[in-house]
Amino acid sequence: MDLYEHQAKELFQRHGIEVPAGGVATTPSEAREIAARLGAPVVVKAQVRIGGRGKAGGIRAAPGPAAAEQEAGRVLGMDIRGHRAHAVLVEAATAPAAEYYAAYLVDRAEGAFLAIVSRHGGMDIEEVAATSPDAVARVPVDPLTGVDAATARLLAERAGLPEEAAGTLERLWRVMVEEDALLVEVNPLIRTAEGRIVALDGKVTLDGNAAFRHDHPAPPPSAGLEDRARAKGLNYVKLDGRVGVVGNGAGLVMSTLDVVAGAGAAPANFLDIGGGASAQVMADGLEIILSDPDVRSVLVNVFGGITSCDAVATGIVSALDLLGERGLARPIVVRLDGNNAEAGRRILGEAAHPAVRQVPTMDGAAELAAGLAAGA
Amino acid sequence: MAIFLTKDSRVLVQGMTGAEGTRHTARMLAAGTDVVAGVTPGKGGRTADFGERAVPVFGSVADAVAATGADVSVVFVPPRFTLAAVEEAVAAPIPLCVVITEGVPVHDAVRLRALAAGRTRIIGPNCPGLISPGQSSAGIIPADITSSGRIGLVSKSGTLTYQLMYELRDLGCSTAVGIGGDPVVGTTHIDCLQAFQDDPATDAIVMIGEIGGDAEERAAAYVAAHVTKPVVAYVAGFTAPEGRTMGHAGAIVSGSSGTAQAKKNALEAVGVRVGRTPSETAALLRTVLGKTTP
Repeated sequence: MDLYEHQAKELFQRHGIEVPAGGVATTPSEAREIAARLGAPVVVKAQVRIGGRGKAGGIRAAPGPAAAEQEAGRVLGMDIRGHRAHAVLVEAATAPAAEYYAAYLVDRAEGAFLAIVSRHGGMDIEEVAATSPDAVARVPVDPLTGVDAATARLLAERAGLPEEAAGTLERLWRVMVEEDALLVEVNPLIRTAEGRIVALDGKVTLDGNAAFRHDHPAPPPSAGLEDRARAKGLNYVKLDGRVGVVGNGAGLVMSTLDVVAGAGAAPANFLDIGGGASAQVMADGLEIILSDPDVRSVLVNVFGGITSCDAVATGIVSALDLLGERGLARPIVVRLDGNNAEAGRRILGEAAHPAVRQVPTMDGAAELAAGLAAGA
Repeated sequence: MAIFLTKDSRVLVQGMTGAEGTRHTARMLAAGTDVVAGVTPGKGGRTADFGERAVPVFGSVADAVAATGADVSVVFVPPRFTLAAVEEAVAAPIPLCVVITEGVPVHDAVRLRALAAGRTRIIGPNCPGLISPGQSSAGIIPADITSSGRIGLVSKSGTLTYQLMYELRDLGCSTAVGIGGDPVVGTTHIDCLQAFQDDPATDAIVMIGEIGGDAEERAAAYVAAHVTKPVVAYVAGFTAPEGRTMGHAGAIVSGSSGTAQAKKNALEAVGVRVGRTPSETAALLRTVLGKTTP
């Protein structure tokens, strides 16, 4: 889960890292109040979870409260690369004497943690690495010992940061470990003329799997159907097409989306009912998919490993009875294979629901579902 | 022969007395696995009854190993206890630890990898485990959809593993390994490619990947440098949108990195043929081996 800048900075503060004084506003008048309270020139920053805000005009300087109100009016509601700014962070403008870069991340390839620190901050770190590789220190972090004071001093030295930055590097590591973050990035981390080290920006990604041991903010609400699916414990991602897709196992469902696309149609969603799904889970899944008005046909693709195909078939039959009454029925192409497939096919055959067609192969089923969506 | 798991493997199950543990222990036994012990803290001294076989339960992995000589552990404990369970297995020491649990925090996965380095091979977390058909099964891969044979299979995805095993059931597998779909896993595609290359009972390799990270790209480089046996591959997730997690925690395209197309390109650049669908992948393998469709 990616945090907004203001949420990341709250975590930084909790761990003793200095950030500029400021507050979050969702209206221009709130921005004005915050600026008045700060009593100094401010920066108004769009809160969106995507890079490139500055270039898109989402970060604006304002000398006082009136200007802050005006700038907030321009930034609030702005669409930045597909992300709408519903809030702005209004902060005391802080002049850097020097700008650095600091990040900790999970190195998937090595299955380890990596520190990336540079004496050049405020720009894209990939660019810095390409143009002046000597200015970027990439140092593996031992997961069992972490970053202590000595390691932090070494990191600062390797990257060419002043010694007073070491304390901040150590505290940023604490954010990484104690908050179960997958990424902690500060760009720029600055030194002020008085020698203070301040995190001027902040990007933090938290691990949803670790939510049980934290009191982090809940993930922001997404599209309505995605929330409903999550409440039912289903893994659902809304897409742009017209063929609804449901299957068991993330890999098989991704593969099914690809096969539907290969058959010339666009998938309407990703929906994984998981391993060992019951009839109820299958019924819930179909209910979610058929609630999407874009869906013209549905492809159910199940390979029974743990999941039993007769349970899937029973779920389809019971869902159709229920959904038919609500007028939500649409053609459903079913491919069942593997564990108890014969029994599952028989259940569907005997129910003889007019909306259901069975196809023995994944490729054939995708073609039929694509054709039905095009003809609908 | 096979890789990592053979008929001589002595398997213990951590979390055997839980619902999932019980259910899958019964399935492992039915698949011919020599399940010698269960471990549940605080429940040592009991016996779990699985029809024809009674399996002793121990309070710790160390006790179970001392009493039974177990050398494989399959972990079914909930996410918050997984790190501690694996620590126990590593300390015992158990040479192969298969972590089925889904939802393990990434920090715990990184730590358990570091703890196990050089001592215990970890498979998973969030994986279906592995099976050497006709010999042993450690995990939840169904045993009755395939047969013993000479194909080595490695995959991030459970159901795609099953799908391919099923499509190739007439040829059969030496070992099929589900390495798991999390961002950080103990055993990688490369580890399995290396083991299959060295396994005299494996003639050809099927590698299944999906979006996220660059494990497939690295595997491609490894194949070019070290693998002489035929390899075919499949990659899932061409239609996945950027920035969305597709079911598996690790299945996410970030910017332009981790795309299915990049993985396919990397594999094809080193001569690995990549199927557009699971069925086509199975057909490619038959072509490579000069076998006809049954």
